Amino acid sequence: MASFRQDIETTIPALRRYARALTREAEAADDLVQDTLVRALRSEHLFHGGDIRSWLYTILTNLNRNRLRSLARRPVLTSIEDDDAPDAAGPEAGGRDIERALAMLVDEQRTALLLVVLEGLTYREVAEVQGVPIGTVMSRLARARMQIKAYLDGERPALRRIK
Amino acid sequence: MTDRNSPATEDEFHALVDGELPADRREAVENWLASHPEDAVRVAAWRAQAESIRARYGAVANEPVPDRLALDRIIRSRRSWAAAAAAAAIVAFAVGGFAGWMARGASAAAPNVVELMTNEAMAAHRLYIGEVRHPIEVKAEEAHLLPWLSRRVGTTLRAPDLSAFDLKLLGGRLLPGVSGPAALFMYESANGERFTIYCSRVAEPRIAFRYSASDTFGAVHWIESGYGWVVSGPGDKTRLKAVASAAYDQLENRTPTPTRSSANQLISRRGS
Repeated sequence: MASFRQDIETTIPALRRYARALTREAEAADDLVQDTLVRALRSEHLFHGGDIRSWLYTILTNLNRNRLRSLARRPVLTSIEDDDAPDAAGPEAGGRDIERALAMLVDEQRTALLLVVLEGLTYREVAEVQGVPIGTVMSRLARARMQIKAYLDGERPALRRIK
Repeated sequence: MTDRNSPATEDEFHALVDGELPADRREAVENWLASHPEDAVRVAAWRAQAESIRARYGAVANEPVPDRLALDRIIRSRRSWAAAAAAAAIVAFAVGGFAGWMARGASAAAPNVVELMTNEAMAAHRLYIGEVRHPIEVKAEEAHLLPWLSRRVGTTLRAPDLSAFDLKLLGGRLLPGVSGPAALFMYESANGERFTIYCSRVAEPRIAFRYSASDTFGAVHWIESGYGWVVSGPGDKTRLKAVASAAYDQLENRTPTPTRSSANQLISRRGS
């Protein structure tokens, strides 16, 4: 199984890149990659050929979705005596335009876009990673691109950077 | 519009940008764009987006891979987990090196580590309480549960007895934590409510109870002697606080640990 591990090893830099763009935080990204590697190694006996790279992307994508669920409502820390906790915080602040544009996308759209433009996966491969038909991948891509364009064009004043 | 070609579709614009357009349509789509400036602007914008994304993140793949992601290291640590579990099943396990872990805990920690820990604990809670068949990795009945998790987390772990709250220990699992391995214990009530207790080493000063609200559940966390604890459970804050207090009291030896089941056994005995 040496080649299995070698294949995983050669994919690590790409996984880090993908995770960084998904999370836009270096630490969280490497945590995701680490979890992905642990799971991949644990599931080595379940892997029956096929494209290891796509499989790793699939694991990482799923782990990231779990992560986002937990952050969907960032917990608000309050004293135990405080009975009226305020609502969750707003969108994350800071970062460059493209980062913020990515941050505002729905996870499925961001994932589809990054797998295509950053990781160079084919539509078919992305469909397998996301477990959806190719048509769904394409509509996710289309919506992602439309929203990023609108954001960068400044059509979303609520989200525009405050100068 | 070019007469000799059928109109290009939106999907084909994307396919062109992504290099997925069949060769026999490429010319037609490019001709279309040449005569439809609005579409051409859009396609150019998509290409620019892709370039921005690659410019922003592409270089990450050229960075040296951090040690913690080295495959050898991950494989080695997996072997040691397995070995620890196997050894613990045979030999009564004694915790050593506790002081060493504590000393390590004195090193500087990243800011927000407490919040990160709470987030991780709540993420684990959210994820695993939803698991019907595999909410835990090791059952409470298995003798190696506590020795194994104690060894991995680096301190003597006990699973508090929460039977006073109609909560029975199901078992536990090991998780990657913010600054080292973390243990997660899961409890269940007769009507299926699930609570979790999370513990991980955290190099932060002592913190008294803090409450964190999520959409569907809450968590109480505290830090004591270099270890962070997070008790997560359904939204009833009063009950959650009571459960957390009981857990705290038992963990800090303020009340004797009930010894009704093996799950509650104290394994803090030092030495061999």
